[in-house]
Amino acid sequence: MPPSAGKSPVSPLPVRVMPCLDVDGGRVVKGVRFADLRDAGDPVELARAYDEAGADELVFLDITASSGNREPTYEVVRRTAEQVFIPLTVGGGVRSVQDFDRLLRGGADKVAVNTAAIERPELLSEAAERFGVQCVVLSLDVRRCQGPTRTDSGFEVTTHGGRRSGGLDALAWAQRAAELGAGELLVNSMDADGTKDGFDLELLALVRVAVSVPVIISGGAGRPRDFGPAVDAGADAVLAASVFHFGDLTIGQVKSALRADGHLVR
Amino acid sequence: MGLGVNGPSVVVLDYGSGNLLSAQRALERAGAQVTVTADREQALAADGLLVPGVGAYAACMKGLTAVGACSLIDRRLAGGRPVMGICVGMQVLFERGVEHGVHTEGCGQWPGVVDELTADVLPHMGWNTVAAPADSVLFEGVRDERFYFVHSYAVRSWVLPAGGGAFRDPLVTWTDYGERFVSAVENGPLTATQFHPEKSGDAGARVLANWVATL
Repeated sequence: MPPSAGKSPVSPLPVRVMPCLDVDGGRVVKGVRFADLRDAGDPVELARAYDEAGADELVFLDITASSGNREPTYEVVRRTAEQVFIPLTVGGGVRSVQDFDRLLRGGADKVAVNTAAIERPELLSEAAERFGVQCVVLSLDVRRCQGPTRTDSGFEVTTHGGRRSGGLDALAWAQRAAELGAGELLVNSMDADGTKDGFDLELLALVRVAVSVPVIISGGAGRPRDFGPAVDAGADAVLAASVFHFGDLTIGQVKSALRADGHLVR
Repeated sequence: MGLGVNGPSVVVLDYGSGNLLSAQRALERAGAQVTVTADREQALAADGLLVPGVGAYAACMKGLTAVGACSLIDRRLAGGRPVMGICVGMQVLFERGVEHGVHTEGCGQWPGVVDELTADVLPHMGWNTVAAPADSVLFEGVRDERFYFVHSYAVRSWVLPAGGGAFRDPLVTWTDYGERFVSAVENGPLTATQFHPEKSGDAGARVLANWVATL
């Protein structure tokens, strides 16, 4: 059910500012210049530093190439949950209800799923039934249609880091996922990603009116002033990775800018 | 960081619900000695019992029923022994829950029905404020702080009549999201929060420490 027409899409809650850590074999892939850490490659240290800096939630994305050994990831999740007392979402390579179970038991509060849900959408309903919609996050890599591909919304879902596309309409998929049991959407704009030119507000606004679950927007953040417009376009949460890790932006700067724009922050 | 060597004992009731590690560690930080178990003897003997809960009301009640949680809570309260419910662990303390038209009986410690909030965006997911009574013990030392909520269902009206003779009136804390709902209750040995103190940073740690201090 979309939000009722005419109402402001702006959330009554403070927008959640979420740093995302890419983890490979239990180590942070990018991100060294963020803070004075004993071990800048340790996701737990970085998580603790972001917590102290005022992050509202954390996301770990497991980019371990082989799906074989996930032990280092579980270990990192467990150590983080023991030491950092803000919500933790873990994604990357999640394929089954068993993966959900293992991560939630290990200390994750939410689990993000992407490709596996495209291949088998029932995974969303199975996970929601067993663990509740509140811990099922659907991650979508979205771009404007290219080449011969056309979708109703003009946006398509891609897989394999944007290298493949099956012509799946991004808005239709977002709606279906929310109906099946995704309690939150993590919308990654492949067009905006890496540009540091601001979030993809057009995509965000379309997703916002298409679903009534919380929406996290990701991709394109470069300056403190990029965040306010995302809230105005309906973002419940804003996610960024390298700009935080490389120290281009601090959580504090982002929140100050949001506050200056008249937005609520924690 | 207190390791709780001499602190009060708390059992986190393990009935197959979500992330219990954060609750365990947050209580340990608050000075408690924590055991995560469904063992009835241990749960009866502990100074405090924490009832966690995430997900669907019916699924949580099924798990709780399997470990005899309602009678366990009854036994503890009959002896004045503290119990704290968190999130769905709070909701199950009411008479019943209604999700997708399915009515599920709760433990019934308090009158009232848990049903869907009216809001543009659900689940209610994020950091919200609370309006606590001035004499709240749970929120002592907590001012203008936000707590982490993640739920779609809540108790919108508190129907236990005030001035219940020999009983001291419960302290009820409220939060707004689309509409007003009950976000915490302090009722003698029975305490509950709709938000997750174990995920609410320093403010949440203070709430847990306030509870542990009553044990």
